[in-house]
Amino acid sequence: MNKTHLMLTALGLVCALGSPLTAASTPQEDQAVFQNYFKQRFPHVPPDDFKNGAYALDPVGRENWEAIEEFPPYEAAIDNGKTLWKTPFANGKTYADCFPDGPGIAGKFPRWDKDRGMVVTLPLLVNECRVANGEKPYGYFLGPLAEINAYMAFESRGQIINVEIPADDPRALAAYQKGKEFYFARRGQFNFSCAHCHMGNSGSTLRTEILSPAFGHTTHFPVYRSKWGEIATLHRRYKGCNEQVRAKAFEGQSEEYRDLEYFMTYMDNGLELNGPGARK
Amino acid sequence: MKFPCICRRRTPALILGALAIAAVGVASEMPKIDLTSGDPAAGKAIAMDRSKGNCIACHLIIGGESPGAIGPALIAMQTRYPTKEALAIQIWDATVKTPEAAMPPFGRHAILSQKELADVVAYVWTL
Ligand code: HEC
Ligand code: HEC
Repeated sequence: MNKTHLMLTALGLVCALGSPLTAASTPQEDQAVFQNYFKQRFPHVPPDDFKNGAYALDPVGRENWEAIEEFPPYEAAIDNGKTLWKTPFANGKTYADCFPDGPGIAGKFPRWDKDRGMVVTLPLLVNECRVANGEKPYGYFLGPLAEINAYMAFESRGQIINVEIPADDPRALAAYQKGKEFYFARRGQFNFSCAHCHMGNSGSTLRTEILSPAFGHTTHFPVYRSKWGEIATLHRRYKGCNEQVRAKAFEGQSEEYRDLEYFMTYMDNGLELNGPGARK
Repeated sequence: MKFPCICRRRTPALILGALAIAAVGVASEMPKIDLTSGDPAAGKAIAMDRSKGNCIACHLIIGGESPGAIGPALIAMQTRYPTKEALAIQIWDATVKTPEAAMPPFGRHAILSQKELADVVAYVWTL
């Protein structure tokens, strides 16, 4: 079957199912179109500034934010995370036994794990390290896991996102495609896709909130949000955005959210990691 | 990278970049709703209420506080809608007219009851 034929078949299927998206383009093509979309939509934003979310677009918000960054609200989380990182488990081992390269490894995630046939993320592996050492797993949204995540993000600042979709395992591409479909699927009673708010309406306002561009969304997690009054993970944000449109949220580190993170982080390739972040 | 959906005659106008969402609006028709007895004051309350219509989240409405800007200003409605019925259809399901519309389908997804929809129509009709 040649490529065109395949594409038409997929489109036919998609139409028949009423599903919103199909898989006709390569990840490289998607990424170029995606990044160019935002560069053209916001020509005054220097490309490496997209890591700053809504503040790349909003000079007033940015001023407040820069003032906040002088005494970052996530500092306590980094400190707690560092303490947790160093504190031995009951069996005497530490996280360093699971992560011999140290805490500054966020730039290597999310990544496709061929042996397990799934996308693995840093918070997932941190919890798995705990369980492997006889400790209880943490919750995936808030609390100690987000704090360890904050410490690791801080130690990884400056790394450049470079997610790979290995060509030697078609399941990796399939996971990427699932993440992409999730991103563009309308859901919930309000019938919105992620793209409705963070592509088509990015830069516009929902009440008083400026909708941040999707490009740059994964650079700075976990994030301390003044609204939440605490630091939380990327998957906590996904849950919040799902619930905003009255859609059912998925579990932290569910396959849905891991695949979504894989797609979104791949779209951000080339941007610098600058987590943890602060948002209003 | 375009995803024209071949079962529509044309792809929807708003293609997000070229990463298109060719959403096929599964529009169900608006049932007959009594639009004559809508209460504009009740409709205004619904339009401003975060847990109800929350129209103000996306539309500038004169007299409403901290409006959003995702949708067009709701102003001079009677010059743009020939009938209340036409306006009601837009609020029932904005994707009827614009398949890619980023506005919740208030009627089709039962976000508002028929009575509430009639009230909102009565209110918006006065704008
Ligand atoms: C109805 C609108 C809406 C939809 C739909 C929506 N979001 Fe959001 N999202 C927001 C708002 C409002 C914020 C907070 C302001 C901002 O930073 O954009 C936000 C924030 C975010 C952030 C944090 C940005 C930052 O700089 O820290 C991420 C990441 C995000 N959304 C991802 C998603 C994903 C993934 C989806 C789909 C599953 C989604 N959003 C769907 C409205 C939406
Ligand atoms: C989350 C965003 C959002 C919310 C909430 C919302 N709208 Fe909209 N609305 C839009 C968008 C986007 C459009 C433009 C859609 C289009 O292109 O047809 C629109 C279009 C409209 C139009 C057509 C305007 C015109 O110039 O023809 C009317 C009328 C309208 N909305 C009324 C309402 C009412 C009444 C409510 C609340 C019950 C509401 N909207 C809530 C986003 C929203």
